[in-house]
Amino acid sequence: MVVGVLALQGSFNEHVAALRRLGVKGVEIRKPEQLQNVSSLIIPGGESTTMAKLAEYHNLFPALREFVKTGKPVWGTCAGLIFLADKAIGQKTGGQELIGGIDCTVHRNYFGSQIQSFEAELSVPELVSKEGGPETFRGVFIRAPAVLEVGPGVEVLAEYPVSSTSVLYSSSAVQIQEENALPEKKVIVAVKQGNLLGTAFHPELTSDTRWHSYFMKMGSEAQEESPSSIVPVGGVDPSFNEKARIDLPIYQ
Amino acid sequence: MAGTGVVAVYGNGAITETKKSPFSVKVGLAQMLRGGVIMDVVNPEQARIAEEAGACAVMALERVPADIRAQGGVARMSDPQLIKEIKQSVTIPVMAKARIGHFVEAQILEAIGIDYVDESEVLTPADEENHINKHNFRIPFVCGCRNLGEALRRVREGAAMIRTKGEAGTGNVIEAVRHVRSVMGDVRVLRNMDDDEVFSFAKKIAAPYDLVMQTKQLGRLPVVQFAAGGVATPADAALMMQLGCDGVFVGSGVFKSGDPARRARAIVQAVTHYSDPDMLAEVSCGLGEAMVGINLNDKKVERFANRSE
Repeated sequence: MVVGVLALQGSFNEHVAALRRLGVKGVEIRKPEQLQNVSSLIIPGGESTTMAKLAEYHNLFPALREFVKTGKPVWGTCAGLIFLADKAIGQKTGGQELIGGIDCTVHRNYFGSQIQSFEAELSVPELVSKEGGPETFRGVFIRAPAVLEVGPGVEVLAEYPVSSTSVLYSSSAVQIQEENALPEKKVIVAVKQGNLLGTAFHPELTSDTRWHSYFMKMGSEAQEESPSSIVPVGGVDPSFNEKARIDLPIYQ
Repeated sequence: MAGTGVVAVYGNGAITETKKSPFSVKVGLAQMLRGGVIMDVVNPEQARIAEEAGACAVMALERVPADIRAQGGVARMSDPQLIKEIKQSVTIPVMAKARIGHFVEAQILEAIGIDYVDESEVLTPADEENHINKHNFRIPFVCGCRNLGEALRRVREGAAMIRTKGEAGTGNVIEAVRHVRSVMGDVRVLRNMDDDEVFSFAKKIAAPYDLVMQTKQLGRLPVVQFAAGGVATPADAALMMQLGCDGVFVGSGVFKSGDPARRARAIVQAVTHYSDPDMLAEVSCGLGEAMVGINLNDKKVERFANRSE
């Protein structure tokens, strides 16, 4: 089983390292041809505008949309979730291209800039029922997006409560904690539609590999029919020149 | 007042959030910037060009290092109004520089809500002896280094990302290469060293023992390491990536060149495809003039990198 990781920019090394901990080979994808050799794809976290630009230069979008259409499993974390959404708000002037596939609306940088980045214990019942382990998952949110609304076919896997006063991020220093009866709003931070998975947080930055193994199980269900596990290498193998990247520490 | 037992720490004043973000969140953003290019911009228009070209973040400042060199004088933190305008014009992370040791400039930058502070030797240092205590801040910091000891000292002070100092504003990559090779070389020596010798090595490079040991076990710096200082062409950027860096800062190199938008795009591509010579050849074609640069053999050139230890 070979999993492709889109390696244009961002945390692809972290995903490859997480897959390696599960004993799965992750292949870096930079060109459209390379997509033919993999049975599933992870789109890592990073800057979605950068990845969109690079994908445009190399004409990756048609190949990526094709990949999604064939029903192969694709998982997008953070920037990857933005790519897989059908609609995104908070885009740069001029917009950015999306791959689409998950019927939802995603808001880029929903929580704000880096100062508003945070870690939170998320309750993910679906993950616990399939993978076991502790009841909560430590979600790392870095300038994270959030899913504002989902269509009927989308399964919500995790949510995060936000107080209604902090919907619009601002850099004002004063934030009054209101103890009145404003109901707590929840935003969606993990979604699944068919073979497409999207998370607004970064499982690859933690030592918990349950999301990766959940994604691998999605892959193996789809794999039943497909025959070969041989990976043909087309053209110059870029890993020939590359020294092995050593992984950064994972914080417990 | 000995009996009251209340000690005020300066770091709490700027924001009401007293809970500092865990180090993993600070490092997390750096990990998202890996494989990307961070460009110096001096106005919102340049910031938009950088974002369009595929920069993963912008560094907002009033003057690029080449101009600071040419004009002289004291270089300080930029006007927060300018930084705010740049922040509003793009959706990618925004960084800004503060003078070494000037923790109030850092507090101001944190208050305007940008994503990273660069404690930079390109600005005139404010404190000759001490750097900012970066643990007191929620905002993550990137600091420069010339060798492994310096890098680990900055990490112990709280830096969440490291870049090589190089010689900023010269368009000459020789110093950046020197610094990367020094850091990588020391890491290689460390990896093969006997555990008992690490105490002495840590003393020799004047770095905290626990971080030196962590580096030895990881086989690399414990934080993301970018290259900076003199990168002017796609080949320079790919060179830094092949030497082992996680990404590249390009300062004067983009907007001091003949065709900034094109060069910016080419450098972004070079960093993604750094080990593909055919791709590198393709993006290096027809870029117009690179920034002229300064030859470092001239003794009169001030060495920014030597301003702090």
